[in-house]
Amino acid sequence: MPDKKPSTPAAPSIVADVACTGCGCVCDDIDLVVESGRIAEARRACTLGEAWFIGQADPSPPACLIEGQQAELADGIDRAAQILASARYPLFYGLRHTSSEAQQAAASLADVVGGILDTPTSTHHGPWGVSFQGVGEVTSSLGEVANRGDLIIFWGVDPVVSHPRHFERYSLFPKGMFVPRGRQDRTVVVVDVERTASADEADLFLEVPRHRDFEALWTLRALAADCQLEPQQVLEATGRPLADWQNLMDRMKRARFGVIFFGTGLAMTEGKHLNSEALLAVVREMNAHTRFVAKTMRGPGNVTGAENVLAWRTGFSFAVNLARGYPRFNPGEYSADDVLARGEADAAVIVQCDVSEDFGDQARRHLAAIPHVVIDHRPTETTRAATVAFHTATAGIHTGGTVYRMDDVPLPLRPALASPLEGDLEILERIEMRVRQLQSSAAS
Amino acid sequence: MPPNYLKIAGGTVYDPRHGVDGQVRDLWIADGKIVDAPRDSKVRPSKTIDAAGLVVMPGGVDMHCHIAGPKVNVARKMRPEEKRVAPPVERTATTHSGTMGSVPSTFATGYKYAGMGYTSAFDAAIPPLAARHAHEEFADTPCIDKGFYLLVGNNQYIMRAIQEREPARLKAFLGWLLSAAGGYAPKIVNPGGVEVWKQHPSGNVDDLDTRVDYFDVTPRGIIRGIAQAADELKLPHRVHIHCNNLGLPGNWTTTLETMKALEGFGGHLTHIQFHSYGGGSGDEDTFNSKVVPLADYVNAHSNLTVDVGQVLFGETTSMTGDSPLGYYLSNVYKTKWFSAETEMESGCGIAPIEYKNKNLINALQWAIGLEWFLLVDDPWRVVMSTDHPNGGSFLAYPQIIRLLMDRTWRRDALASVHPLVRERSTLADLDREYSLYEICIITRAAPAKILGLDHKGHLGPGADADITIYTPDDNPQTMFELPRFVIKGGQVIVEQGELRESTFGKTLHVTPDYDKDVEADIAKWFEDYYSIRFRNYPVGEEYLHEHETVPCQ
Ligand code: SF4
Ligand SMILES: [Zn+2]
Repeated sequence: MPDKKPSTPAAPSIVADVACTGCGCVCDDIDLVVESGRIAEARRACTLGEAWFIGQADPSPPACLIEGQQAELADGIDRAAQILASARYPLFYGLRHTSSEAQQAAASLADVVGGILDTPTSTHHGPWGVSFQGVGEVTSSLGEVANRGDLIIFWGVDPVVSHPRHFERYSLFPKGMFVPRGRQDRTVVVVDVERTASADEADLFLEVPRHRDFEALWTLRALAADCQLEPQQVLEATGRPLADWQNLMDRMKRARFGVIFFGTGLAMTEGKHLNSEALLAVVREMNAHTRFVAKTMRGPGNVTGAENVLAWRTGFSFAVNLARGYPRFNPGEYSADDVLARGEADAAVIVQCDVSEDFGDQARRHLAAIPHVVIDHRPTETTRAATVAFHTATAGIHTGGTVYRMDDVPLPLRPALASPLEGDLEILERIEMRVRQLQSSAAS
Repeated sequence: MPPNYLKIAGGTVYDPRHGVDGQVRDLWIADGKIVDAPRDSKVRPSKTIDAAGLVVMPGGVDMHCHIAGPKVNVARKMRPEEKRVAPPVERTATTHSGTMGSVPSTFATGYKYAGMGYTSAFDAAIPPLAARHAHEEFADTPCIDKGFYLLVGNNQYIMRAIQEREPARLKAFLGWLLSAAGGYAPKIVNPGGVEVWKQHPSGNVDDLDTRVDYFDVTPRGIIRGIAQAADELKLPHRVHIHCNNLGLPGNWTTTLETMKALEGFGGHLTHIQFHSYGGGSGDEDTFNSKVVPLADYVNAHSNLTVDVGQVLFGETTSMTGDSPLGYYLSNVYKTKWFSAETEMESGCGIAPIEYKNKNLINALQWAIGLEWFLLVDDPWRVVMSTDHPNGGSFLAYPQIIRLLMDRTWRRDALASVHPLVRERSTLADLDREYSLYEICIITRAAPAKILGLDHKGHLGPGADADITIYTPDDNPQTMFELPRFVIKGGQVIVEQGELRESTFGKTLHVTPDYDKDVEADIAKWFEDYYSIRFRNYPVGEEYLHEHETVPCQ
């Protein structure tokens, strides 16, 4: 396993070309200045990235808590294993801020005990996942956008805030092979429900009323196919005159290589998977006229890695149920939030994820009522409330491994600091080993 | 201390590399390798498998399949409908659970290959930028040894080197790339065509001499340049070629030109079935087989080898590094479509597909594959493949073996497909039947040899102890579907189709010698065009787990 823990030198040193997991951009050009065992500077990182790297300097929390009390790690492993071995329907959720190697270990454990295995994809991009299964997707790596993209559309996403270096590294400013003048060679369009910081950078901003994405995208589909539309109807349906959409479609057809980046603003508004399905369909159909691709904007951590790991190990990328001894898939039914809200899970393991953002009230209430294990690199409300909590080294800061960028490009994590804490990979492997012991002694 | 011997006693042994054709022999195994029988006749093996009456062969080698990496994984994500209805792979005390369908999950892939007596498999199309991902999946694909080919036929650095007439730079780059990615061989997919697709709506090249915009190179130049570089690097498997115009009527001339473009350099033409079609382009009524002239050319040119890419009737998933092909198929079959371009390197297309025996084109594809097996004279130069999952699953190999060994059954099968196949192909006239010895060649001995794997595909001392033992049966499909024993690296992992033990399996890769001076230029190239840092591109050794460097010689 790629997991080197360098000793921390006293004099300032630089760890170069570090990948940042502060957002789905996974910029891999960060130079970390390490001084007396802490990260003093994160060169080239944006403010989000700085917060991620420099915010790690807190003193180490206790490695293990059982019911809020400091405990020996081995006791915590044992207790966690006992919880899982006796659970009938355990749930595994999270896998956000971790390496794909640890994600593999979590998937392995979920298989061994036969539980629900789910990730933030379910809560943030599930509708996209479902529409992807319906129509497919035409997409590309971010470097293709940098080298070829001459029409860049952001739909329901504000990268200036959520992905601060996206413009600089991938979409607007790079001087690429077929767009040698960079920004000057590109047209930039923002579609959103209100004027955003990103809209200020765009050549064209189209404000669309809330919950009208589907109608807008459907209008574009019709225009792509040269259908005659009734101007009044379009205005009523989309809140904008037909001429605006025709203007956008003309630009789309004129582009040599167009791209639509879209975010949860589209995927999670009313209409949900119909919205992303309409978008994926428009992009597909544009390829009859020119080259066009779509890309979902992923958030912090390694959510894309978790999708990949779950897919190659189980065949399904989220909302997997392993309870019958083999993988089954049904978003909604097997999504963590729903399984908890319905009160079905009788134990849970939360790995490197702040569930206060992901779960609704009902799910959180049920989680609090069942024995649950939390593995996290920092103390949170969730770790404090856990039956067993493990505080771990941080992937990408203290431990290595692999992270997948939002476009599925796998990148190595380069640890810059040493940590007295174990990595989540080791914790998960030790729990699995102990569970297997308990299972075999129960069987014999 | 004498080693711990495993002895396979009294089996009917097939080892074509050493001319052994069904002779009763003992095999001795120690430390994962086949060894000479101990001189001292008093030495006893610690374990003996009584193979009397059983057939003993080297483990199968699949030299062209799609089992790992981004494209395969997207296909898994995209096809839950298939997995829901497929029989599940259940977890046991020693194995992980998984799913099947046309694109099985990683663990299931390893178990199923082993269960069928195959002990090595090579993924045929990995974008170098995603090599790390492919290695991660390999680490979760147990029981078999594995390697992958790197997509290079639309690599912009290579096209630029050809444009600037710098063969030395091309060679150095190819050496660097294979080493950096932990790859096994260079793979050319629709050379130049994917780059044209990236530049133009519905773009593709028409023939070997179409010029690719911006780079001003031709498919012919790309093939010739890479073949020469591979030859000079002495790669164990020189170059693996998926020709232009896959699947299109009339594409056989492109295929013939590709063979010629190699100019005598060694080259392997893959899933040749998909590239052997006559007929007018756009005119499906004239679609027909052109295996005869192509097989004649292959028979007369010893620098060429092929694998077939046999089609089986039923539903599957098409997945390819040939993006324009993916677009074409999804439009023909009106299906969902996935496409992804990888910067500087390659493309990818995925679409569900169904081959129907009453459909003339599909039935001809089926017949054309069989013609290839039956018309190449030398079995050492034609290899079993379905281009899994493109023509069908690797699990169909036993069925194909029966079609080759039993001409009566083949005739019956031919009678059940579209009747025009008899007029548009020569299959009805072919009486050839494969012997067990020849089956052993096309499923293990030949692919191992073509891949330059000296330690696989045979049973001589020094070979990896990857061995499959079958119970003979009048129906060869039954025989090959359910091996009596499968031995991987000296360990018995399968008994009567049941997995006993899950071994890890190693990664096979190459590290050719190349001129290191090239790296400064590549670093500059990365800075100018890639979206990741040069330093983050090479795959570290920690990703290779158990691995073995196959020598370039
Ligand atoms: S854009 Fe995202 S990945 Fe890049 S430095 Fe900022 S937070 Fe990190
Ligand atoms: Zn293939």
